[in-house]
Amino acid sequence: MREIHVNEIIDKVKNLVMDSEYKLPEDFIQAIKIAKEKEESPLGREILDEILKNAEVAKIEQVAYCQDTGYPVFFVEVGQDVKIVGGSLREAINEGVRRATKEGYLRASLAYDPIFDRKNTGDNTPALIYFDIVPGDKINIKFAAKGGGSENQSKQAMLKPADGLEGVKKFILQSIANAGPNACPPFTVGVGIGGTFDYSAVLAKKSLFRHIGERHPDPRIAKLEEELIELANQLGVGPLGFGGTTTVVDVKIEIAPCHIASLPVAVNIQCHAARHKEIEI
Amino acid sequence: MVEAKIITTPLTDEVIENLRAGDKVLINGWVYTARDAAHKRMLEEYEKTGKLPFDVKGQVIYYVGPTPAKPGQVIGSAGPTTAYRMDKYTPKLLELGLKGTIGKGWRGPEVKEALKKYKAVYFAAYGGTAALLSKHITKVEMVAYEDLGPEAIRKLYFENFPVIVANDIYGGDVFEEGQKKYRKLVI
Repeated sequence: MREIHVNEIIDKVKNLVMDSEYKLPEDFIQAIKIAKEKEESPLGREILDEILKNAEVAKIEQVAYCQDTGYPVFFVEVGQDVKIVGGSLREAINEGVRRATKEGYLRASLAYDPIFDRKNTGDNTPALIYFDIVPGDKINIKFAAKGGGSENQSKQAMLKPADGLEGVKKFILQSIANAGPNACPPFTVGVGIGGTFDYSAVLAKKSLFRHIGERHPDPRIAKLEEELIELANQLGVGPLGFGGTTTVVDVKIEIAPCHIASLPVAVNIQCHAARHKEIEI
Repeated sequence: MVEAKIITTPLTDEVIENLRAGDKVLINGWVYTARDAAHKRMLEEYEKTGKLPFDVKGQVIYYVGPTPAKPGQVIGSAGPTTAYRMDKYTPKLLELGLKGTIGKGWRGPEVKEALKKYKAVYFAAYGGTAALLSKHITKVEMVAYEDLGPEAIRKLYFENFPVIVANDIYGGDVFEEGQKKYRKLVI
């Protein structure tokens, strides 16, 4: 068994969170630069330029890219040959978030209960953590800061098998059009098809960790991704919804087996504050 | 590039009448912050006491919950939050004399009607460009509900804070008009 001390996890999670909040992924920045060249709307080009400037300022000054520093969501794969020592893994991740929030000047954005007094938890904990056990002696930690504006526009539908591919496409495009200016496009759209009601949404969220431009290994899904990118950019939403030809920079689709009666589809809209990062310990 | 209109708060009817959806505007002067929790409390308080924590007449509310200021900063990152969540409360505030709101995204029909009725404007700031926008805020003062943390009501002093008129008093809507130009697919 390989031993990993919780102190190492706390430190690495803290840095992962702070780094994600200050610095957008390089592949996303490149995608915005390319989009700027192709965007037909003059205002759209100007906005894409502001987005690039904002990314630069946030990175250089080490400040949050967006004031909504998001709901911290983690996908953690723990190698079955790892032994965590010194405390609980879940608590270590939360402590990392707590320290990043304080030392990194992040906004406290979680309400302790959703419907009664909605008091702020003050430190962005508890984080949402999905654990998985995998072979090996490493821990892989994926982190996403999910802003409320785009998460609010995400959708899930339990379609009928008879709705088929056309029904799926229509639902995805409608979700993108409806999200519009409310969710800060250009979007990266994460889609989960299949599984159960809840698992489709998890797949949609997890798909967003794939690099921009990286297509699904299944050629049928890759083709569907490409088709949806093209169609989404014909919706006219444009940068920040002011109109234009850049509505999405990418669409990611993951699929899973599902019940013979079901066709679950989930669309996780990701705004241009596309904060996704992963580390391996 | 079209030149921006420069305006200073508090806003008068004359200033409002001169603004059209799509206009670029630079706002100067004091504005107030309020988002979900502050709106809820403010309007509940008004129901009970007939008073608001600040006089909204001629004023502008910026829908924002900033990050905490780092040492040396006036304010942390401070971009707009989505405006429609405040739609439930906005018509009442407009009736009481509020002249402008700043956020991002669409407003509902009740707000658009109230903008026309009470002569007020909804401005959109560039969502997510929070590190840049905070540079146009040069002073911050606490006004009310400090316990709400990032959702407290603060006064911010704007220097050429860039926005676009999203909804004007003539029924104009920058998002609808802008998207129509580039829409090739209707679903």
